[in-house]
Amino acid sequence: MLVKMRNPKREIEVDGDRTVNHLLDALDLVRESHLVICNGTLVPGDARLAHDDTVEIRPVISGGA
Amino acid sequence: MVASGSKCRSCKAPAVIDLPRHNANFCAEHLLQLCRRQMSKAIDDYDMFGPDDRILVAVSGGKDSLAVWDMLIEAGYRADGLYVGLGIGDYSDESTEHVTAFAADRGLHLITVDLRDTFGYDIPTAARATKRAPCSACGMSKRHLFDQAAIDGGYDVVVTGHNLDDEAAVLLGNVLHWDIEYLARQLPVLPAQHGFPRKAKPLVRLTERETAAWCLLRGIDYLVEECPIAAGNRHLHHKDVLNAIERESPSTKSAFYLNFIDNMAPLLAEQSAAASGDLRRCVRCGAPTTGETCAFCRLVDTASAHDPVPVELVLGKRGRR
Ligand code: SF4
Ligand SMILES: [Zn+2]
Ligand SMILES: [Zn+2]
Repeated sequence: MLVKMRNPKREIEVDGDRTVNHLLDALDLVRESHLVICNGTLVPGDARLAHDDTVEIRPVISGGA
Repeated sequence: MVASGSKCRSCKAPAVIDLPRHNANFCAEHLLQLCRRQMSKAIDDYDMFGPDDRILVAVSGGKDSLAVWDMLIEAGYRADGLYVGLGIGDYSDESTEHVTAFAADRGLHLITVDLRDTFGYDIPTAARATKRAPCSACGMSKRHLFDQAAIDGGYDVVVTGHNLDDEAAVLLGNVLHWDIEYLARQLPVLPAQHGFPRKAKPLVRLTERETAAWCLLRGIDYLVEECPIAAGNRHLHHKDVLNAIERESPSTKSAFYLNFIDNMAPLLAEQSAAASGDLRRCVRCGAPTTGETCAFCRLVDTASAHDPVPVELVLGKRGRR
């Protein structure tokens, strides 16, 4: 599946058929700091992603004062 | 995608988000409802403002400030926006676009102040001219302009989008240094006093994952990119630390902050009253200050006399990406 990531903006290919939580773990990302959007829809941690999905992993942590 | 197994706690429809701190999953509608309830609980519990108050929302184009403006309007409050153009390269240009579009699409009133146009400086130049961290010049400029705009415009309260993660991270920083003066002032609402307007943070009961979800589900086109100056700063490090703890024991982050407010802040209240000291009016702008001219007017003098500095020159190594 195609995974869009930020900071820096990039796209990576990950082999499909795994849950959102597995994907975050595989990329070493913390659930509390991200939202996962599959084909335009927000999805929870146990959603299963398929190889033809387009997934965005959006960081939600803001910096600054 | 194959539909997930998890169901909304309230209605059993397929969930869109899991919130470990509530030990539950929610569908879109009930996640929005949770956000509304948490905001109104904060407004009521901390006595932030009422339906007749005129609210000035400090907006940056990021998720939190647009979420709080949207939520207040949806809840029927009278809220205008204030945006300060900071002159931080592409980041500021894009922020301006997001804020302007948000206000225009909803027919909301937006006040805009541009540092370069009005005061002859921008944040990168101010940082270089004062030899201080950009965030310190930036925070001071924004606070001054929010206060001034609220007083000039006759607003009852200035609202900011600070969320639970922001406040918990600041609290951690203050606790690590036992900075009693800052701890005493770290409250979700500060009353109007000494010529400063009232200030409130209605989102302190919501995590940034929740405010981001609010924006996504409400179709709010916020600026996802962060200010390039923030990258790698201590505030972000504290958030990471808290989220690492949260991962092992969910809801620790909210207990850390909310129990501080309930249990610890009252004990510090005396400290806060003692610390306010003698204030008079800045001879230049009228803002409350301990000196002859206020810190903002002095910053304007120093920064506007300096040649413009592009943002790239004030980024730390980790800030460049
Ligand atoms: S990260 Fe610092 S410089 Fe950037 S907007 Fe926030 S306070 Fe200003
Ligand atoms: Zn539901
Ligand atoms: Zn002044």
